[in-house]
Amino acid sequence: MADLNPVTAWRRLLALPNESRTKTLAMAFLVALVCTLMVTGATVILRPIQTANRAAEQQARLEALISGVPGMSHLLAQDGGTLSTVVVELNRGAASNVTPATLASALEDPANWTALSAAQDLAGLGQRPKYAQVYFLRNVAGDLSLVLLPVSGAGYNGPINAIVALRADMNTIAGLAITGQSETPGLGGRVEEPAWLAQFPGKQVADASGAVRFAVARRGASSDYEVDGITGATRTSNAMTRIMRFWLGPDGYGPLIDAIQRGEF
Amino acid sequence: MSATPSLRSILIAPLIRQNPVTLQILGLCSALAVTTSMQTALTMCAALTAVLVMSAGLISVIRRHIPDTIRLIVQIVIVASLVIVIDQILQAYLFEISQKLSVFVSLITTNCLVLGRTESFSRHNPPLRSMVDALGNGLGYSLVLTVIGAIRELFGAGSLLGWQVLPTVEQGGWFTPLNLMLMAPSAFFLLGGLVWAIRSVLPEQVEELEYHSPDDPEASA
Repeated sequence: MADLNPVTAWRRLLALPNESRTKTLAMAFLVALVCTLMVTGATVILRPIQTANRAAEQQARLEALISGVPGMSHLLAQDGGTLSTVVVELNRGAASNVTPATLASALEDPANWTALSAAQDLAGLGQRPKYAQVYFLRNVAGDLSLVLLPVSGAGYNGPINAIVALRADMNTIAGLAITGQSETPGLGGRVEEPAWLAQFPGKQVADASGAVRFAVARRGASSDYEVDGITGATRTSNAMTRIMRFWLGPDGYGPLIDAIQRGEF
Repeated sequence: MSATPSLRSILIAPLIRQNPVTLQILGLCSALAVTTSMQTALTMCAALTAVLVMSAGLISVIRRHIPDTIRLIVQIVIVASLVIVIDQILQAYLFEISQKLSVFVSLITTNCLVLGRTESFSRHNPPLRSMVDALGNGLGYSLVLTVIGAIRELFGAGSLLGWQVLPTVEQGGWFTPLNLMLMAPSAFFLLGGLVWAIRSVLPEQVEELEYHSPDDPEASA
């Protein structure tokens, strides 16, 4: 019994009748072992490629979302580079540990919403989430070239959703895209018109003191901080002013804008 | 079974005469689910054929040493492991298609076709013959899936392998896609039609009726 030579032990095992208990157990063990090695090997070797695939898919979805928004695709084509999604904590102006995948569930928790006082609530939101998902476009060198900030607020007939694109200085508007609105067609509904949106690129957000000056003008724009109002749609024009001022101000993306200007991203 | 048929006949028999899907009606679940387009159908065929051939080979190699008491478990474990490996490879190199195939690749494990071949053939035949038999059955399965996939994609979307063959109305053509073709029932109809067509040509495949109703004059005669 003390024969420890593995070759003879192996032969002896194979020579056992198939029905013997030892051989049954040994075969079960060996088959399981070989299969385990196969499965683990495949998983471990292929995991990096699969992770890259998933990341690429997410990127493609994001790009499809952005390029579905008129005006944005042009900006992206112009600046090139790669787009990344970051969930930021608005109060701190820093990346949060919530991921885009868990953002929806985090926002279901009422603790992650802050009620806004009447003085703060320029955009007519009532409450504001603690987290927001923003998009960074980095150029080939890895420097931030464009920041896309989703904004929203009450319009004349219903909520207006938009994405503001800011240049890396975080003070120059690169573009605006309206992603959702229900304003009066032909009047306030003209916020969607490319001709009106074309005024936004190049406008400044805040002055040297840091106060947000951007506005939709009553009549014609008279400064770098203004765009022309929409004739016959004063309420919508004002809503756009307030949405931009709220989100680009201290209660909105203000802390994030400061952090980016300090070079924290 | 006749005494040791040639490798050639082992390979060719399952294509039509002994086709696993249309004659033995095995592996239907996936045949119905993944045939909405030819691309998914072909990928599924390749995956199933690969699993079938490899599991047949492996089981045939150890066929003399599989204890009878645990033979099904041993076979299932081998098949399942191969399926996982194939699934991982698809997810790594054919990511988009693997998303479309979703759970059906994993379900190859329970595809009766695989276990059917390993249990009935690979356990009693040497590796080469087993693998040729598995390849034949895989190709037979592939043939049916390809035919059904082609019909469903052609009439459901007006295209073949993604190439637009019939210009659809949406694109300014004349063809209105039959949405029914993209739904599961159409695969039943087509498969039924295919089985009927094959059995009309090869009447020896027609099965005996298992049950005659009492007032059936033919039965009482």
